[in-house]
Amino acid sequence: MSRRKTDEEYRQTGAFRFFRWLSGSKDAYIDTVEMKPQTEAVETKEEEERREAEHKHAVEKAYDSNNRAIIVFNKIYRLVAAIFTVFLLVSLIYAVSYLPKIGDADNATSNEVARRYIENGVQETGAVNIVSGMILTYRAFDTFGETNVLFIATCCVMLMLMLDEKILEKMDGRDDRRFEPKSDPILKTMASFLCPVIFIFAIYILFNGHLSPGGGFSGGAVLGAGMIIYVNAFGFKNTQRFFNETIYKIAKISALCMYGLIGSYFYITGANHIANHIPLGKVGELISGGIILPINIVVGIEVACTMYAFYALFRRGGL
Amino acid sequence: MSIVWNFPAISILLCLFAGIVSSGLSGKSARRLNTVLMITVLVLSAATLKYVSSLGESVVYVMGRFPAPWGNELRFGVLEAGMATFFAVIMILSMLGGHHKLSEEVESRQHNLYYVLVDLLLSSLLALIYTNDIFTAYVFVEINTIAACGLIMIRGIGRTIEAAVRYMIMSLIGSGMLLMGICILYDITGHLLMSNMKTAIAGLVIDGTYPVALLVSITLICVGLAIKSALFPFHAWLPDAYGYSTVSSAAILSSLVSKGYIFLLIKIIYRVVGFNIFNNSDIIDILFVFGLAGMIFGSVNAIRENDVRRMIAYSSVAQIGYIYMGIGMGTQFGMIAAIFHILCHAATKSLLFVSAIGLTDVSGCNRQFIYMTGSGYRHKFAGVAFTVGSLSMVGVPLFAGFISKLLFAESAVSLSGSKMLPVLIVLGISTILNAIYFMKTVIRIYTPAPDSPYQAIKARTIWPYCVVLVFFIAVNLVLGCMSDGIVELIKQGLIMFG
Repeated sequence: MSRRKTDEEYRQTGAFRFFRWLSGSKDAYIDTVEMKPQTEAVETKEEEERREAEHKHAVEKAYDSNNRAIIVFNKIYRLVAAIFTVFLLVSLIYAVSYLPKIGDADNATSNEVARRYIENGVQETGAVNIVSGMILTYRAFDTFGETNVLFIATCCVMLMLMLDEKILEKMDGRDDRRFEPKSDPILKTMASFLCPVIFIFAIYILFNGHLSPGGGFSGGAVLGAGMIIYVNAFGFKNTQRFFNETIYKIAKISALCMYGLIGSYFYITGANHIANHIPLGKVGELISGGIILPINIVVGIEVACTMYAFYALFRRGGL
Repeated sequence: MSIVWNFPAISILLCLFAGIVSSGLSGKSARRLNTVLMITVLVLSAATLKYVSSLGESVVYVMGRFPAPWGNELRFGVLEAGMATFFAVIMILSMLGGHHKLSEEVESRQHNLYYVLVDLLLSSLLALIYTNDIFTAYVFVEINTIAACGLIMIRGIGRTIEAAVRYMIMSLIGSGMLLMGICILYDITGHLLMSNMKTAIAGLVIDGTYPVALLVSITLICVGLAIKSALFPFHAWLPDAYGYSTVSSAAILSSLVSKGYIFLLIKIIYRVVGFNIFNNSDIIDILFVFGLAGMIFGSVNAIRENDVRRMIAYSSVAQIGYIYMGIGMGTQFGMIAAIFHILCHAATKSLLFVSAIGLTDVSGCNRQFIYMTGSGYRHKFAGVAFTVGSLSMVGVPLFAGFISKLLFAESAVSLSGSKMLPVLIVLGISTILNAIYFMKTVIRIYTPAPDSPYQAIKARTIWPYCVVLVFFIAVNLVLGCMSDGIVELIKQGLIMFG
C-alpha cells in the first residue's frame, strides 16, 4: 500500500497532528507559549548574614523555646481546647436532636408567614419565583443590608491589598506571575468560546430572576466568574480597556445608589400608605414583577464587581 | 401621623447612601459629607425623641408595603430614640476630636474609605437600635463587624493588622453563635419578628416543649454577644484593638460598637425572650458572675499596664463588667443602672481616648507613663479633660460615673437574694482599683518635670480639638448633674420597650 500524499502534505493534515498528539512525541507548549526558566536565587554575603541575624533574633527574642512553663501551658491549652470543643459539639448535637423534624406539617415554621408567601406571593409581588419575591419585596430591607455587606467587604479588602498604580507598574514582571505561561493558547481559545456564553447566561439569569431560579446574587456570581476567566486568558492590560478602576467605581456606586433609591421609594411610600407607581405587570412576562427586575440587575452588577475586585486585588493588588 | 414618623428609616438610609457615595469621593469631600451626615442624624434622632416622648408609646414603622410578620419592621420608643441621639453626639465628638491626627495615621489615598467605614458603622448602629426583626439585626451586626475590623486595620502598621485579625476571629465566632441561636429560635418559634417570637416563646415555656433547644439558643445568643462586646473572659482582642488604632477609631469602638451589641442583647432580653423568662434561667447568673469578675480583672490588668492607651482600653473591660453586672441583677433597677452606665461609659471613655492623644502629642508621641510626666502643663485643655474623664470613671460627684455607681449601689440594696453582698463588695473593690490607676495617671501628668526633654514642647493650640474637649466635658457634666431627667427618660423608655 502506498501513500497518496507526500510526507510534506501529510504533515499539514489533522490526522498527522492527532496521531502526533496521541503518541505524545511533541510538547504542545514549546514554541507556542512564552516561558521563562526559573533562575536560581543568588544570595550575596550581606543578605545571608542579615537573614541569619534575623533568624537568630527571632529564635532568641520572640520564641522562648526552652521555657518549661510555656511548654506545659501549651499542652494544657490544647487539652482544654479539645475537651471544650468536644463538649460544645455534643451539646449542640444534643440540642439539635430535640428540634422538630424538617417538613412536618405541624412544625412551628409552617405558619401564616410561610403560607402567605406561598399562597399570595405571586399576586402580591408579581414574581413567579417565590424566593425572589420574598427576599426582594417582602424582606427588601434585609437584602439591601446584605448587599451593603458585600460593598463594605470590598472596601476592607481594598484597604488591605490595594497598591498605588506606580508601585504596581514597578512590580509588574517582578512577582511570581513571571513563571506562569502568559499567553496560553488553550486557555485563550477556550475562553474566546466560553466567555460570551457565560456572559449571555449570566444576563439570562439576571433578567429571569423573577421567573425562574436565579436572580441578582447568582447571576452576578456567574458574571464575575466569566470576567475572571477573561482576565486569566487575556491578561489585565486587555481587561482594563473595558473594566478599569474608574469604570468599576462608576458601576458599583451607580448600582448601589439605584438600589438605594428604588428601595427607599418602596419603603417610604409603603410605610405611609402612598400608592407607588411601579406596576407589577402581567405575571410570567419578562417585564413584570415590579421592583424585582431592576433590583436583580443592580444587585448582579454589584456582585460581579465584588467578585472581580476580590480576584484582582488578591492577585495583582489593583484593578 | 406626622412626617417625623419616617425619620428613623430615613436616617438609616441616609447613612447607607453617604457610605456608598463616599467611596467615589476625595478624602476631603468624604469628610465634609460625613460631618454633615452625623449632624443630620443627630437632628433627625432628636426630632424622633421629641415626637415619641410626646406620643407616650412606642411606634411601629413598616419598611415597605407588607406589614410585620411578612415584611421588615422598625419599632422605636423613647429609649431607642434617646440612644440614637446620644450615639450621634458621641460619634460627632469622637470624629471631630480625631480629625487633626488622621493625616498622620492613615494614608491620604485611603481617607475616603475611612469615612465609608464610619458612615456604614453609624448606619448599622442605628439599625441595631431601631429594628424589630431579629434577622435584620443580624445583617447589620455583620456590617458592624466588618466596619469595625476595617477601622482597626486602616492604620496599616503591624500591631493594628494583628489586632484586626484577632478581633475578626473573635468577633466572627460571636457572630456565628448569634446566628446559630437565631436559627434554633426560628426553628422552634417559626418567626423572625421580635414581638411574635416573644408570644411563641411564652407559649413554649407554659407548654414545656423544647426546653433544651430554648436554653441552648438563649445561651448561644448571650455568649455570642458577650464575645462581641468583650465581656471578661473574651476580652483578649480588646487592648491591642483599642490601643493602637487611630484615635477616632478607638473612641468609636470603645464607646459605641460594643454598646450597640449590648443594646441588642437588652433588646433580645426584653422583646424576644421576655424579661421574666430570662430572669428565671441560669444564664443570667453566669452573666452576673462574669460581669463581677471582669470588674476586678480588667482593673488589675489596667494597673499593671505601662502604656496609657492600653490602660484606658483595659479599663473598658472593667466598665463592660459593670454593665453586665447590672443586666445580671435581674431587676428593673439593675437594668436602668446598666443602661445609664452605657451612656456614662460611652461619654467618658471616648473623652479619655481623645484627650490622651493630646497628652501623648506633647510628650514626643511616647505613650509610656515616664515620658508623660508634666504633660498636663504642656497641653492644658487635654490635661483638664483627662482629669475630668478620670474623676468620672472613679465616680466622683458632679460627673457621670458617680451617678451610675450610685444607681448600681441603690439597685443592689433593693435586691433580696444572695446577689446583694457580692455587688456591693465588688463595686467597692473596683472603685478603689479604678482610683489607683486613674489617679496615678492624673498625678503623673500634673507632676512638674524640670529636666524633661519635652519641657520646651508647647502644644500648637488646635482650636477645633479644644472645642471638642470642652463639649465632651459638658456632656459628662450634663450626665452627672441632670441625671434625674435622664433616668426618668430611661424608665419611661423601658416601659415602652417591653
